Amino acid sequence: MVAMPALDAAVLARREAIVHALHGIVPGEGVIAHEHAMRPYETDGLTAYRQLPMVVVLPETTEQVSAVLRYCHTEGLKVVPRGAGTSLSGGALPLADGVLLGMAKFNRIREIDFANRVAVVEPGVTNLAVSQAVDRAGFYYAPDPSSQIACTIGGNVAENSGGVHCLKYGMTTNNVLGLEMVLITGEIVRLGGKHFDSGGYDLLGIVTGSEGLLGVVTEVTVRLLKKPETARAVLVGFPTSEDAGDCVARIIGAGIIPGGMEMMDRPAIHAAEAFVHAGYPLDVEALLIVELDGPQAECDHLIERVSEIARACRAVTLKVSTSEQERLLFWAGRKAAFPAVGRISPDYYCMDGTIPRGKLPLVLNRMRAMSERYGLQVANVFHAGDGNLHPLILYDANKPGELDRAEQFGADILRLCVEVGGVLTGEHGVGVEKRDLMPTMFSEIDLNQQQRLKCAFDAKGLLNPGKVFPVLHRCAELGRMHVSGGKLPFPDIPRF
Amino acid sequence: MTDTLKPRDAKDAEDAVRWALDHDKTLEVVGTGSKRAIGRPSQSDVTLNLSAVAGVTLYEPDELVLSAKAGTPLAEIEALVAAHGQELAFEPMDYGPLLGGAAGAGTMGGVIAANLSGPRRIKAGAARDHFLGVTAVSGRGETFKSGGRVVKNVTGYDLCKLLAGSWGTLAVMTDVTLKVLPRAETTQTVLLLGLDDASAVQAMSLAMGSSCDVSGAAHLPGPVAARMPLAAVAGAGGAITALRLEGVAPSVAHRRNALETLMKPFAALSHFDGADSVALWRAVRVVVPFAASGADDDRPVWRVSAAPARGAEIGSRIATQAGADVLYDWAGGLIWIALPPSGDAGAAMVRGALAEGGGGHATLIRSPAALRAAVDVFQPQESAVAALAKRVKDGFDPRGVLSSGRMWAGI
Repeated sequence: MVAMPALDAAVLARREAIVHALHGIVPGEGVIAHEHAMRPYETDGLTAYRQLPMVVVLPETTEQVSAVLRYCHTEGLKVVPRGAGTSLSGGALPLADGVLLGMAKFNRIREIDFANRVAVVEPGVTNLAVSQAVDRAGFYYAPDPSSQIACTIGGNVAENSGGVHCLKYGMTTNNVLGLEMVLITGEIVRLGGKHFDSGGYDLLGIVTGSEGLLGVVTEVTVRLLKKPETARAVLVGFPTSEDAGDCVARIIGAGIIPGGMEMMDRPAIHAAEAFVHAGYPLDVEALLIVELDGPQAECDHLIERVSEIARACRAVTLKVSTSEQERLLFWAGRKAAFPAVGRISPDYYCMDGTIPRGKLPLVLNRMRAMSERYGLQVANVFHAGDGNLHPLILYDANKPGELDRAEQFGADILRLCVEVGGVLTGEHGVGVEKRDLMPTMFSEIDLNQQQRLKCAFDAKGLLNPGKVFPVLHRCAELGRMHVSGGKLPFPDIPRF
Repeated sequence: MTDTLKPRDAKDAEDAVRWALDHDKTLEVVGTGSKRAIGRPSQSDVTLNLSAVAGVTLYEPDELVLSAKAGTPLAEIEALVAAHGQELAFEPMDYGPLLGGAAGAGTMGGVIAANLSGPRRIKAGAARDHFLGVTAVSGRGETFKSGGRVVKNVTGYDLCKLLAGSWGTLAVMTDVTLKVLPRAETTQTVLLLGLDDASAVQAMSLAMGSSCDVSGAAHLPGPVAARMPLAAVAGAGGAITALRLEGVAPSVAHRRNALETLMKPFAALSHFDGADSVALWRAVRVVVPFAASGADDDRPVWRVSAAPARGAEIGSRIATQAGADVLYDWAGGLIWIALPPSGDAGAAMVRGALAEGGGGHATLIRSPAALRAAVDVFQPQESAVAALAKRVKDGFDPRGVLSSGRMWAGI
């Protein structure tokens, strides 16, 4: 388990006064201080980690957020922002001596502007609610993390959430145009708007995916897209994962960017089929779902080309959806893959590395060897289009030592992802979960430079400490320059 | 004459920054220098020219990824990926013609440092959206990296976003990794003839909100259309509104039909296929009507980014007040303005109209150096954001060694 920052006894000793002061800012039921009432906030989607916060605050206005943060800044109190609490990396894990700032009451859609193809929403609005609000006019919000019925837009911004359609439509960062946010000092800033790009530094781009360490978002302007006229899917089974990987590479090599392209390995196929009976073939090593979207003429044309490519890649089964009902059935198994694995194992641990697509067979083989070594099964679902891998490690938390083993297995998988040219996390975030693995991907210089950015936003390090960075340096220390004592000679560089 | 240092590799670039720190020198960071005339005039002691740190280091078409040293000519990269049926989907524009320099002279690092994009921005994003990984030297003389070579990556802060559009003021990029995408098989353009600005923006807005998947939406009012290098546009005798469709042939044919049905109530229609369509969008992309070699063109040029549906309101106001020419791209969201010379290059009026029109940002792209020293070239920022930007600058370049003052005083 990852260690959290040392408790500040002086803060805990002042708890009563702090709760009282927060009541003064957010009256009524907006401050929760009783243990039972705080219990729902003790964990997020990474349920192996639990911690009650010192106090929960649920502000309703930007002014209240500003006043709460200004107070915490003045008093030197740690703050953990939280949306719906669906983070899979422990991004919203509370601190025992910290204020948990819940943004759930920011749940209004402020403006829908079809002429500019944007919606202006509060951060507590769920991802799916945005799409539902604009559905009547045939629009939608593209990023679709699998938690979309529960996760909030504010959380999506914090984590730069993805989904199954990222290859074609991008992640959160590619679909957000503007933010209002409050700095830890209480200052309210607006970044971007309904226009494209920044006139100065792209601070919006930095805040997106910053995991609640830079500020608290109070309003988000998202891009809306017109829904594709149709979508069709093809379900293809392969005798080996190499064949499936080859097929993915050839589809992209042929200039086709599918709306979605998902792969499952044998254990995942079997678990999903047993759960939802989607009609998946059980005698294959890899299953690919390729979805094409757009006008009917385009889907028909491309589905034929994808089918040809698949056949040339030794596909042993191939089914093209002939109705919307059948397309949804193809997806039903994939979408239920996590709970399906949950049925066959008391617990599972979901990983989230990204690899260069071509390395998939290598990574799957190495993972099988690790699986034997750790004595734990693993099932794989894979966003094949963009190389984002979700190995599900099966374990039983009630068996002594299994959680630890699962965590070590997971860490080995992520190290492998980095080793083959990939990254630790594709869409779930670093949080507490992958914090201590950051040095496998970044040098001390890299991490210090990232922390200097943190210092520009939050010099006291009060926002979500203990997340993302394995070692927290003081900003004053990071700002110091170490210049050589004697003058460096003029370097041997061509000059004119 | 200022000294120029020309590093041969990333190590040289790091040495140069360390030397500058040690000798209290400041560096102007450039690739080939093709965009040097943008920004507040340089007050740096030494020019750091990255054009020799060049070459593509990785290109895997099946993985849709390309890495290159920052000084690699953009033209070389575009030719390489084109040979594999791919492209930089953000369609980087080229300031060469606007600034009176050669076309095609810029580097990949320069494209990213200026966060360039072209007409396809509205569909595919800007350079920032395709910039996956970077190695760079900070103003502390330290080499750091961020991002990677995969599209889906949320490991640590996305410093690529910050460096895109930072104009050399935060770090010296030495290696960059980008997403590349397949080039569309077919392109066609539907043209609407003779619309006024307001109707054109309405039509473009409707087209963008349709299922036609429009990948370019530009409006050229009559006097601007007349300066286009295509006879069919220049000779149209009035305004032209262009909507581009790209993709596989059956899809483009279907969407053209749907788009023409949708646009018919607005104006008389025409269309361009293949080469004409490509030539039209190339001219829009580099703003040929305002090119410095054009008839009278030493006029100041502004680039304004606004909410697309407010574009005509902002553009028409400036055109009327100042006798300016305007060209609309991004369905009205990008307004290029050339206006008669004046004491402040029109800054107060342009930014006033923008503020009235819902805000955004206006950048003075072309004007004499003396004016660029006197007026805000980049959009002035609200005080809390300006202070934040200054702290970010200090976090990367605490001594102000790198292109300081190019964007704003001290930044």
